[in-house]
Amino acid sequence: MSEIGIQEMAAQGMQALRFEPEITVFTCMYCGYTALDTAGALKLAYPASLKVVRLPCAGKLDILYLLQAFEEGADGVMVVACPLGNCHHVQGNRRAKARLERARNLLEKIGIGGERVHMVLVSGGQGGTVAREAQLHVERVRALGRSPLRLREDGRLEARR
Amino acid sequence: MIVAEQKPLEEINGLLGDKQRVLVVGCGTCVTVCFAGGEKESTILASALRMSSRMEGKPRQVSVCVVQRQCEWEYIDAIREPIEEADCVLSLGCGVGAQALAERYPNKIVIPGLNTSFMGLPVEQGIWAERCQACGNCLLALTGGVCPIARCSKQLLNGPCGGSVGGHCEVNPDIDCAWQLIYDRLKAQGRLEMLLEIQPPKDWRTSRDGGPRKIVREDLRLVDADEEPGSEPR
Repeated sequence: MSEIGIQEMAAQGMQALRFEPEITVFTCMYCGYTALDTAGALKLAYPASLKVVRLPCAGKLDILYLLQAFEEGADGVMVVACPLGNCHHVQGNRRAKARLERARNLLEKIGIGGERVHMVLVSGGQGGTVAREAQLHVERVRALGRSPLRLREDGRLEARR
Repeated sequence: MIVAEQKPLEEINGLLGDKQRVLVVGCGTCVTVCFAGGEKESTILASALRMSSRMEGKPRQVSVCVVQRQCEWEYIDAIREPIEEADCVLSLGCGVGAQALAERYPNKIVIPGLNTSFMGLPVEQGIWAERCQACGNCLLALTGGVCPIARCSKQLLNGPCGGSVGGHCEVNPDIDCAWQLIYDRLKAQGRLEMLLEIQPPKDWRTSRDGGPRKIVREDLRLVDADEEPGSEPR
């Protein structure tokens, strides 16, 4: 292998290491937000690239929010809600789950991929679980790579330069 | 209400072809309440269309405009400006709405984004079922308020047929036998004797068999000052 080839590989490797996925997190203001807060109180780190959007209930989650997160440049989305049967508004988390499935289906058809969306159901005290799930989702999305939407457009911008 | 469902994204993308500026026109009436073409569904579809076009490397401008009723001139006249600016109009109204747009804006390409399915009601949240076929001569008074035209797979007027099994239709066990429903309803009302009367063949001229239908109400028409009331409608 030529030296240039190795250098290119190293550059790509560095690029991959640098890639920090943009994850938009939609969370209910009850268990979900409390769990994220608990993670902070327990001094458990989760990736700084998570942008948290607090909703009054997971039932407020809209398919449009999920799509627009990707349209605006997110590489992945995570939804954090109360455990099934424990929603403060009875069915909000179930509704969110059903909408998330439809959004996944649409994202598959668009070509972005449904696996970039992940749902976590936790109670307020499960700071450790939510921090771990966040880390796992970041790693999942990192393995998938940058959102194909951004990748294509970044590529075109690069080509124009 | 009119019940419709959205066409698959791939089909809509195919119908739009290479059109760059697309206006999604939603409707705020029937298709809003059946979650097919209201403001929410229109904005979701617009977002999906924008992203899929970006994925193909040919980004489209997809904007949204929702009118209260796409099947009335006064509402669609109000959106002339955005329609004129668009290369093509993607109607998320029922077939009536899409045709109204095509008729009012004859120079514009109007593409249907919905498949208009039937006239029905939400039997529970997320489930819609057919209830009327607009046959033009309602016979619900004879059948205890259950329509055998819309709800019997064979449209029998003197049912049930031999395919009614345990209250379900032989065509599809998910379909309730309309004639079982009629029998049960009339029995509960103590009016079973109504079923002893044999119904003659239905005159289908009031339905689609008489060609496209039209209703004229002279008491409601706006006639020109020099026009005699009762003259031939335009």
